[in-house]
Amino acid sequence: MTVSGARGMFSAYAPILVVAALLALTPLATSANTVLNAMVLALLVALAGQGWNILGGYGGQFSFGHAAFFGTGAYGTALLQARYGLNAYVAFAAAIGAGAAVGAAIGFLSFRSGLRGSYFALVTLAFAEVFRIVANASPFTGGAAGTLLKLDVAPGNFQFASRAIFFWIALALVTLVLILTRAIERSRFGAYLVAIRENESAAQALGIDTFKVKLQAITLSAAVTAAAGAFYAQYFLYVNADIAYGAAVSVEALLAPIIGGLGTAFGPLIGTLALHGLAEGAKALTGRIPGIDVALYGALVVLVIAFAPKGLRGLAARLGRGLSTRWAS
Amino acid sequence: MSAPLLSVQNASKRFGGVLAVDSVSLTINAGGITGLIGPNGAGKTTLFTLISGFERPTSGRIAFQGVDIGALAPHKRAALGVARTFQIVQPFAGLTVRENIAVGAHLRHARRDEALAKAEAVSERVGLADRLNAPASGLTIAGRKRLELARALATEPTLLLLDEVLAGLNPSEVRDVIPIIQDIRRGGVTVLMVEHVMQAVMSLCETVFVLAQGRIIAEGSPSAITKDANVIEAYLGHGAAKRLAARDVAHG
Ligand SMILES: Nc1ncnc2c1ncn2[C@@H]1O[C@H](COP(=O)(O)OP(=O)(O)OP(=O)(O)O)[C@@H](O)[C@H]1O
Ligand SMILES: [Mg+2]
Repeated sequence: MTVSGARGMFSAYAPILVVAALLALTPLATSANTVLNAMVLALLVALAGQGWNILGGYGGQFSFGHAAFFGTGAYGTALLQARYGLNAYVAFAAAIGAGAAVGAAIGFLSFRSGLRGSYFALVTLAFAEVFRIVANASPFTGGAAGTLLKLDVAPGNFQFASRAIFFWIALALVTLVLILTRAIERSRFGAYLVAIRENESAAQALGIDTFKVKLQAITLSAAVTAAAGAFYAQYFLYVNADIAYGAAVSVEALLAPIIGGLGTAFGPLIGTLALHGLAEGAKALTGRIPGIDVALYGALVVLVIAFAPKGLRGLAARLGRGLSTRWAS
Repeated sequence: MSAPLLSVQNASKRFGGVLAVDSVSLTINAGGITGLIGPNGAGKTTLFTLISGFERPTSGRIAFQGVDIGALAPHKRAALGVARTFQIVQPFAGLTVRENIAVGAHLRHARRDEALAKAEAVSERVGLADRLNAPASGLTIAGRKRLELARALATEPTLLLLDEVLAGLNPSEVRDVIPIIQDIRRGGVTVLMVEHVMQAVMSLCETVFVLAQGRIIAEGSPSAITKDANVIEAYLGHGAAKRLAARDVAHG
């Protein structure tokens, strides 16, 4: 590898490792279970958002139904263990595969029929709703009562007494996807994905098989979001239809990258931390007024879309540039 | 004898009640610059969409290097070596000039660094080298036309379809782009160009096809075409050729 190539590698991946290392210190700073719990949940939302960001942020295909993948990951790991007695880690991997398969199937149907924009968004939303209704009604998934996993704390069962371990595993997953996303940015696949987002006709004219690239993107995107769902089920040892396939998951998965910065590697993580930080802060200040976090989410989304269409990540870059030019002059 | 580079046989395209392309046949051999002219709405862009695969012909056959490509998707035709530019420019607005061109270069170069290097080389050929890091959205219309050209060229085509790349440019910009097109031809790329700027057609094209109301009404050298009675009528209206001839006689 050339020197400039090595330097490019360093500047591309070093920030990811630094951020991961800093976040990994959290359990050393606090052993409060509530804080760690909140952090684990934030990382899961970030992970779901990272999945969404591959398809929506880079590929420009906005899904309103990523709960379909999250839920399949959650139910997948829960049912494979509870019903078929599979090892928790095997079930986790299989659940990611199931999520990817659902992504590929939805992608095949939607993209083959040329769905774009709001039509694609609505179809994904419809799929997630159908899954929710079926999971809520079917005896196989435990119906409205959901599926419970047997508590049996042992590392071999992917169950840990310490929340810190869960935190570190979730962080490792988020870090892995950060690296994956950065690698996509630096690949032909990534260039094609962004080209499709920017102008699909021009992409086709330049030889891009837009159907294939979108299908690959939704499959990968679904796999990542399914991993978040599978982790969720493993962490709480419980899943039901409203949690797994509920619209709230779909909304969180798209809000995080939109707030943090669409089509940027760090966007989903930044967006999640901002949203969750805000919600927690508001709860502390206002003394748990019900719904205050949702109202704040709404306000933040409006603010970001109005004043920072490229998300917090873009806003930071803009402020940085503004400051440096002011310093220079 | 080997097959012509491009052969369009009796191609028609109907949009509802409009027969935009009406049994067009034309043959293009490898190596030259061919012009396609005609009044507004003649069907020139539609013919390009048929050749590049964005629309399927209602009837007729399109063969590239002897192979029927009429049913292939646009990306497959690009892979075979047919590149097009868009009359209404279609930049990847959120990307830099370099990234825009690299998307085209990726067709033949899987590696990112190779595609970026190729993009740089192409930018020099079309005169965009000083704009590589500029966002495509910040380019002037002349810059965007060059970018269309650059992206298509980066796919390393055999046949390049240029749809009015000179439209909207001022005379000095037109003079700058003409040698770029000549350089592309010298590089071994066959060019088929739709153009309204007659000065460019005259200086660039060996052969010109004239399309009017979806039909080819004349074919020949640029100088022969401008004297063709059918062509004059198509541009200036019924009876125009006679009136011009009468005027020429009167002026002796
Ligand atoms: N997608 C479409 N749907 C319906 N009609 C169309 C479509 N595309 C083109 N047409 C019609 O076909 C005819 C030919 O249009 P085309 O754009 O090919 O002309 P052109 O020769 O490129 O004209 P110009 O010089 O103005 O670019 C016009 O009457 C146009 O309105
Ligand atoms: Mg046209």
